Amino acid sequence: MTNSSTAAADSRDEILEHLPSMRAFAMSLTRNRASADDLVHDSIVKAWKNFDKFQNGTNLRAWLFTILRNTFYSQRRKAKHEVADVDGAMAATLAVKPHHDGRLALADFEKAFAELTDEQREALVLVGASGMSYEEAAETCGVKVGTVKSRVNRARARLIELMSLSEDEPLELTDQATVAVVSDSILPRKTAV
Amino acid sequence: MVGETGKSSLEEQIDENLRKVFQKDTEEPVPDRFVDLLKQLKEREQANDK
Repeated sequence: MTNSSTAAADSRDEILEHLPSMRAFAMSLTRNRASADDLVHDSIVKAWKNFDKFQNGTNLRAWLFTILRNTFYSQRRKAKHEVADVDGAMAATLAVKPHHDGRLALADFEKAFAELTDEQREALVLVGASGMSYEEAAETCGVKVGTVKSRVNRARARLIELMSLSEDEPLELTDQATVAVVSDSILPRKTAV
Repeated sequence: MVGETGKSSLEEQIDENLRKVFQKDTEEPVPDRFVDLLKQLKEREQANDK
């Protein structure tokens, strides 16, 4: 167990730094905390075993995200006939009503977000939220830059459509509104970790 | 509703909300299971290397 000759600088230790964003990315794909963490777990194991394929000095986060999304898609193909236990899946089937005061609650945004296809959600999160460039996102997803761009555009258009928004309705997350909506909605967001 | 123009302010607001959601998930503390997992993977490998 105890081995004093631990490698001084193991770049695999850097995986730890990327865990928060891996979990957030996994959450956006699975929309279920338990599934997200299982996905992160499997991805860590894969990354560890295949670390010799990672080129030092290149983008570790993009590499980890690639493993994560590939794991997600291959698991989903296998589990095609299983019923997915998605947080908020029920909510997603309900129409998203726009708030008449023009404010968008976080819960509503997440409901609309859940309606997107996996590919759209993924592209939007990588480019819109994680701060990746279109090129990095394309590399992560193994598609052309143009494909990422069109997925992002379609995803945004779909969100706007779902939330029945127009340019003169400001979109704003209000914490109080969010808390109110989440607390009495059917979204069981917080599960014990 | 939104034309074929470039990124509208509405789209920017969507990204802003998206970042907030993503950020919120990013800020959650990493469970110990992952730290333990990395430790285990390393230990197992060191045991195999002998």
